[in-house]
Amino acid sequence: MTAVSEQTGAWLEEFAKLPKAEPWIQELRERAYARFAELGFPTTHDEEWRFTNVAPIARSSFRSEPTYGKKRSAVPLDAEAHLGRYASFDQNAFVALNTAFLSDVTVRRVPAGTVLEEPIEITYETPEGAAAHPRTLILVGANAQCSIVETYKGDGAYFTNAVTEIVLGENAVVDHYKVQRESLEAFHVATMQVQVGRSANFSSHSIALGGALVRNDANAVLSEGSHATLNGLYIVNGTQHVDNHTVIDHAKPHATSHELYKGILDGTANAVFNGRIIVRKDAQKTDSKQTNKNLVLSDNAVIHTKPELQIHADDVRCTHGATIGQLDAESMFYLQSRGIGRKEARALLTHAFAQDIIDRVKVQSVKDDLERYLSEKLHEHAH
Amino acid sequence: MALLEIKDLHAKVGDREILKGISLTINPGEVHAIMGPNGSGKSTLAQVLAGRELYVVTGGEVIYQGKDLLAMSPEDRAREGIFLAFQYPVEIPGVSNMYFLKAALNTIRKHQGQEELDAIDFLNLVREKMKLMEMDQALLNRPVNTGFSGGEKKRNEIFQMAVLEPKLAILDETDSGLDIDALRAVAGGVNALRSPERSMIVVTHYQRLLNYIVPDFVHVLSQGRIVKSGGKELALELEESGYAGLGIEDDEEVATV
Repeated sequence: MTAVSEQTGAWLEEFAKLPKAEPWIQELRERAYARFAELGFPTTHDEEWRFTNVAPIARSSFRSEPTYGKKRSAVPLDAEAHLGRYASFDQNAFVALNTAFLSDVTVRRVPAGTVLEEPIEITYETPEGAAAHPRTLILVGANAQCSIVETYKGDGAYFTNAVTEIVLGENAVVDHYKVQRESLEAFHVATMQVQVGRSANFSSHSIALGGALVRNDANAVLSEGSHATLNGLYIVNGTQHVDNHTVIDHAKPHATSHELYKGILDGTANAVFNGRIIVRKDAQKTDSKQTNKNLVLSDNAVIHTKPELQIHADDVRCTHGATIGQLDAESMFYLQSRGIGRKEARALLTHAFAQDIIDRVKVQSVKDDLERYLSEKLHEHAH
Repeated sequence: MALLEIKDLHAKVGDREILKGISLTINPGEVHAIMGPNGSGKSTLAQVLAGRELYVVTGGEVIYQGKDLLAMSPEDRAREGIFLAFQYPVEIPGVSNMYFLKAALNTIRKHQGQEELDAIDFLNLVREKMKLMEMDQALLNRPVNTGFSGGEKKRNEIFQMAVLEPKLAILDETDSGLDIDALRAVAGGVNALRSPERSMIVVTHYQRLLNYIVPDFVHVLSQGRIVKSGGKELALELEESGYAGLGIEDDEEVATV
């Protein structure tokens, strides 16, 4: 307990310095801070954090960065009914910390029946040396349709601790992208909590490229007849560590979910994939498919992958599969036998491995950026 | 000067010696058929010439255009004009046929001091060669060999050869698994590429292919050695009497139906 209080102590000082907010927010913050102080930072003894050691974050001292500039409004009053209702801070210290430091919140509302042609773009850039707690709330009304692109970036060493809550009304359609391009010295911890309404369709693509120590939690709760797609691509090299935890909660019957996470690991990088699928007792006719594929380019990179199925209904279809592989020697030889050099062939095959995730990206600007990034990065590796 | 000289070539895979002293000289423009039963080493020879690392050369030498071929990487061999049509073309999901072939062609052209082709010139070239192979142009936009039928894969190999215009083409059992229409199309493509400057090694188990691609020389391989060489009539002789007529048994146990 001493260790915990030492680690949380520095945050208490920062917390005390925060200017007071409106009463309902202040109350929420204080409850969240109290919970954070009780939980402390997780350790690797905690099953949820077994392969991800957050001690470097706990030990760090970043100054608090309560605002992101003037572009974002303070918390709108009507957010009260939703804010913090989905992303629970009860068991997650980082969500608790984010909620304790709640100040500006990015709120986007898509009214019922509205179809947005242009994606909602939200970019968070954390300044060097800062700890930031970006908070996003997106409320999509019934029969509405939109795309959302969340981008995280920055320079130097800093800590981004993000929480995003997304609520889909009945029959809404949301195509979500999270592009994480943090600096290679940054810590990035994020939770996305999605409430998928009846017959609604949510798809998310989590692209993790940057960061020294990264933890993503992507959680979706499905209502009757709804669908969720959770796709992810993580590309790590050097000493990067990226941990993806997903939870798809089939709370009601007739919902479907598809999950495809792909990883490319090089250097001495580490990656974790933990995909939990919960099928509640009355969630009959659930159809769920989970796949995690990893391409390991070096002998020293490590991947931990684990499906976690908790099925309490009997008339369901759930499949899962995980693969860990290297570049195919026959494919390499085939390309080389046509004059393509070894390094170029390696880059081509690595890019090809990521292609099916890229092909699923519908927002052209995200797709172009990703293609460009991959070409540059893979050729960097190659030369 | 000979284009290719193989002298007393030995190669193994793992601990097993497969090639036990092969010698063969190929001059520009010549077509040599290599025949032999299963397990005789014909495909190994093809792969060794293309530089497959799986096979370790344990003795002998191979001189190609006056250079030590065995010292060259697979990609350098290709850039110097060697082409292997694979017995089992590899499926590469995520890499488009078009992108792959353009990268290959331009790498080779650059190496040979020619100008790289731009997208339009490349497309024109490709259209012309696809017509030659009676290939569906839609295949170009698909990933390399992915979801192709057996016949489409083999046509794609010869189509690549037509685009890359090698000096030495090695066809590794290009006829296996083809129906007669596909065989005719493939052979037609190969014959269109015959020229006084281009040599070919046609590896096959069956004489059938040689009705369409008529070789200048036929060599029979058994247990890693060439046991008989002759003109095109040797293939016909084999057709009549089988390998057994030469006193060769199948080198590998194959289920008989």
